[in-house]
Order: sequence, then structure tokens, then C-alpha cells
Amino acid sequence: MSRTARNPLLWLLLTLLSVVFLGPLVVMVLTSFKTTGESQAVPPTIWPGEWTTRAYDVLLSSPDNPVLRWFANSMMAATAHALLVVLVASMAGYAFARMEFAGRRVLFGIVLSTMFVPGFIFLMPNFLILDSFGWLDTLLAIVVPGAAGAFGVFFMRQFFLSLPKEYEESARIDGAGAFTTFFRIVLPNAMPAMVTLLVLSFLANWNDFVWPLYVLFNDDSLTLPIGLTKLQGAYTIDYPVIMAGAAIASLPVLVLYVFVQRYVIDGVASSGVKG
Amino acid sequence: MAVALRLGTSRREGSPWLPYLFLAPYLLLFVTFVAVPAVFGLWISLHDWDYMLDSQLFVGLGNYADLFDPTSVIYPDFWNGMQNTLVFTLASVPFLVALPLLLALLLHQKFPGRTFFRAMFFAPYVLGVAVIGLMWRYLLDANFGLVNSLLGTDIAWTTSQPWAWVGLVAVTVWWTMGFNAIIYLAGLGDIPVEHYEAASLDGASWWQKFRYVTLPGLRPVLVFVVVITVLASANMFGQSYIVTQGGPTQSTQTAIMVITDLGLSRFQMGAAAAESYLLALFLAVVSVLNFWLLRDRDAAQQRREARAQRRAVTR
Repeated sequence: MSRTARNPLLWLLLTLLSVVFLGPLVVMVLTSFKTTGESQAVPPTIWPGEWTTRAYDVLLSSPDNPVLRWFANSMMAATAHALLVVLVASMAGYAFARMEFAGRRVLFGIVLSTMFVPGFIFLMPNFLILDSFGWLDTLLAIVVPGAAGAFGVFFMRQFFLSLPKEYEESARIDGAGAFTTFFRIVLPNAMPAMVTLLVLSFLANWNDFVWPLYVLFNDDSLTLPIGLTKLQGAYTIDYPVIMAGAAIASLPVLVLYVFVQRYVIDGVASSGVKG
Repeated sequence: MAVALRLGTSRREGSPWLPYLFLAPYLLLFVTFVAVPAVFGLWISLHDWDYMLDSQLFVGLGNYADLFDPTSVIYPDFWNGMQNTLVFTLASVPFLVALPLLLALLLHQKFPGRTFFRAMFFAPYVLGVAVIGLMWRYLLDANFGLVNSLLGTDIAWTTSQPWAWVGLVAVTVWWTMGFNAIIYLAGLGDIPVEHYEAASLDGASWWQKFRYVTLPGLRPVLVFVVVITVLASANMFGQSYIVTQGGPTQSTQTAIMVITDLGLSRFQMGAAAAESYLLALFLAVVSVLNFWLLRDRDAAQQRREARAQRRAVTR
């Protein structure tokens, strides 16, 4: 062990920070198992004195707040969105990285520059565009427009630039066409980058707030984050119910994160250095 | 890439259209949801655009003029939102730039469990704003919130100023700190170990190493972090929307809240589009200023050379 590793101050600091960062999440889950009365106790308790699943029973049996439906909506939208991003960004990123064509430089410059355009300027026009497609209040509004973002293309292009060309060249010499080469040879070698992009896109879409807040209207078409604001309105200070909703919304992303945290963190890290 | 080009034009996949076929799915999305709306949004902003009406009245730059006319209906809300956004940005960015750097320096040490702690500190960022907003609304409750209880205070975090801002800034720092820390960590990893060894040989102290090796080595990353953090703070929406609901008396109503309320709740889309373009213009100016103020001529030169080199290699 190095000298730093034996420093008790380091471990004290790490423990303290862990409590600060994870403590609120633990309190959220514990609160969801409290009675309404205990959740409003002064001074507040941390560990439930009396465990109850009342909050979950209320949530799962409320016809006005179809939490399971919201969960399914979020799951379908985020999954479809992530798959769409990975497919279109891989193809476009590959073209930008490996193919020579007129206007490549200019086109890539234009696409890249939109990464710095703040998303809110698209709110009004995209609302009207989706309206004309008849996509308002449908999951398509959540799945498709976000896939036009430049990050995925940039991310995949960077990856393909770093990928050795030998595989493709030998495949082509064996007479494979461009699409065969791409889908059979290139993509299997791009798995780590694709998984990273898949996970990042899923997380971003699952958590998206402003856009779904304004393009989804009916109770049955909401995604979970928007449903949660509805719970806030319906249950105001019945915090166990609201925390139960928040816990349900957190569960999939936290589980996903536990399994693929390395991909998530590497993806975030690369956005700064290579950017 | 000469090889790809030559193979690309061989008999089998002979079409010069091939690259465009690969690009087509993305470009279709890009044109529909980015390029067209960027221009369409400007067009909307030149109209008294009411979603509820069939035909829209062209007003030229009227909406923009209204934003600078203190007697117009939209003026007070807009500038209140702009001012609130400025307050939040100025209050949050220093913490969001400095604290994650300290966290990254801590995590850059070698100790067992480093990856585990790194993952733990990043965890809040994985959650959405709706979740963390509701969670902190409960924790910050004036009567039975855990924060007051732990601090031994009696503060109305969500309904009085300046505490509402203190709370919103703290929540945002807690939520997004891990993101910036990860970017710093990657930057720290790119600083050559030899630079530290040379500094050690010269008898440099911890602070001198930080000041003369770490900070200069981190400069490009630092600029990136400052620029994206300013943009993220200026885009603040969910925290206010859920934790304080814009209150007390609209004092935490951010610019984006004003714009979405006007354009997508009250459907005055022309005025809202004009507001969004004006805000975007402000942010563009601020970003350019940030790049310019934080630029480093030597490093810029090095980057240019590196890029030229990369280009030469890929050709």
C-alpha cells in the first residue's frame, strides 16, 4: 500500500463524501417505507420506526396516476431512442471517419457546431413540426427528435478514427461489400463504443424533463419524470408516496449504472479530453 | 483515406453515393429536427405566432423590440427570468468549477477502492432532475426536513430568499459535481508523470506542483469545463420548477421557465421564440468570451500543430 492509502484523513474524507453523495438516495428509499405521519415527524427520523408498503400500494392502485404505464412508456421510449441513436450515429460516424466525399469537412463542421447551440431554441419550432406530423402526445416525440443530436456522431467518429483499418481492408480484399463490411466486421469491433453510447443515450432519455413536460399531455402517455410532477401535485406533502415514485424512477438507472458504470464514466471522460 | 476511396469506387460497391447512404438516416433527422427548426424558429420569432390561430401575423422584429420596451407585456417576466438566470449562473459556476477539481485531485491519488468511490460520487448525476428535485424538496422542507434538523436551523429553504438560491445551488452542485470531476480526472490522467518527477527533483512543494504543473496541464480541460458549466447553469429549469416552483414570488423563475411558459403553456410562440434567440445570443457571446479570456496562446499553437500532424497521419 502506498503512503496515501494509509492516511486516515483520506479515508475519513472518503467516508464523509460517500455519506453526502449517497445519503439522500438512502433517505429517499427509507422514506418510501414510512407512514405519512412519521415522514413528517419533528425531529425527522432516518430509519423507519414502523415499516409499511402503504406508499407503494397507493401508487400502484391509483387509476389517476398509472405509474406502471409511465414506467413502461419510459422504458420503451428510452430503449428505442438509444437503439436509434446508436444505429444512425454509427453509420454517420463511420462515413465521417473512413469515407472520402465532397463536402465532408464542411458537413462535419456544421453538425459539430450544433453541439454548442442551446437546445431551447428548438422548443417552439420542433413543437410545431411534431404537431404537423401528428406526433404530439405520442412516444415518437420522445424517441426521435433527440436522435438528431451531434454528440453520438462525434463520439462514434472519434472511435472509428482510432480503430485499426486492417480488418476492413482484409474484408474488402476478400470481396465483401461496404455494408457487409460495416455490419459484419466494423460494428462487432465497435462494441465498447456502441455500448457506451447506448447507455448514455438511454440515461439521458430516461431522465429528460423539459421536452416531455410540454409535448406529452394525457395521463396515459406520460414518461416517469413527468408523471412524478403529477404525483407532486396530487399528493403534495404525502412524501412516502412521492418518494416511492422517485424510487421507482431511480431503480432502473441505478441498476443499469451499477452494471455498466465503467462505460458511463469512460464515455463522460472522453467527452472532455477529446473535445 | 486513399485506400478507402479507391476501394469505394471499385466495381462491387461502385457508387460515389455510398458515403451519403451511410449518412442518410442521420442527416434526415438532422435536417428535420435541427437545421429546419433553427431557421423555422427565427421565422416564428418574426410573427405574432399564436398556436391556437390558423394564420400568423408577420410583425418583423416587433417581438425583439418588445423585449427592449419596458412598457411591453413580456418585458418584466423576461428580464426577471434573465436576471434570475444570471444570479444562478454566477452563484453556481465557481462551486461547480472548483469543488469537482478538488474531488478529482482526491480521486487521482492511488488508493484501493478508487474506482468504487469514483462511481459512488458520480451516482447522483445518473438520476434525473425530477427525482433529485422531489428528493431535495422533501429534505429541504422548512418544518420536517432533514437538512434543517442536521444543521440545527429553522430556515425556509424553498420559500424565502436568499435561502432558495443557496438551496438550489447546493442541490445543483451535489447533483452534477461528479460529471465535472470525471472530466477533470481524465485531464489529470493526461498530464505526463515526468513533469511531476521533474518538479519533485527541483524540490517543488505540493502547491508549487499544483500551480505550475497541474493547472497549466489542465488548462484545455478547464476551459471546456467552464464553458459547458456556464451553458448548463444558464439552461437551469428542473431544479427551480420542482424544488421552489419559481418562488418565492418568481424570484427563482429562470429564463427557460419564462420561455416555456410563454411559448408552450400560453402558446405565444412568436414572442417566446424571440426570447429564446436573444438568450442564445447572450450565451454565444458569453461562451466566446470564456474561450477568449481563458485561452492560452502556447497551448493553442501546440494544439494546432498536433491537429496538423493528425491530419497528415490520417491522409
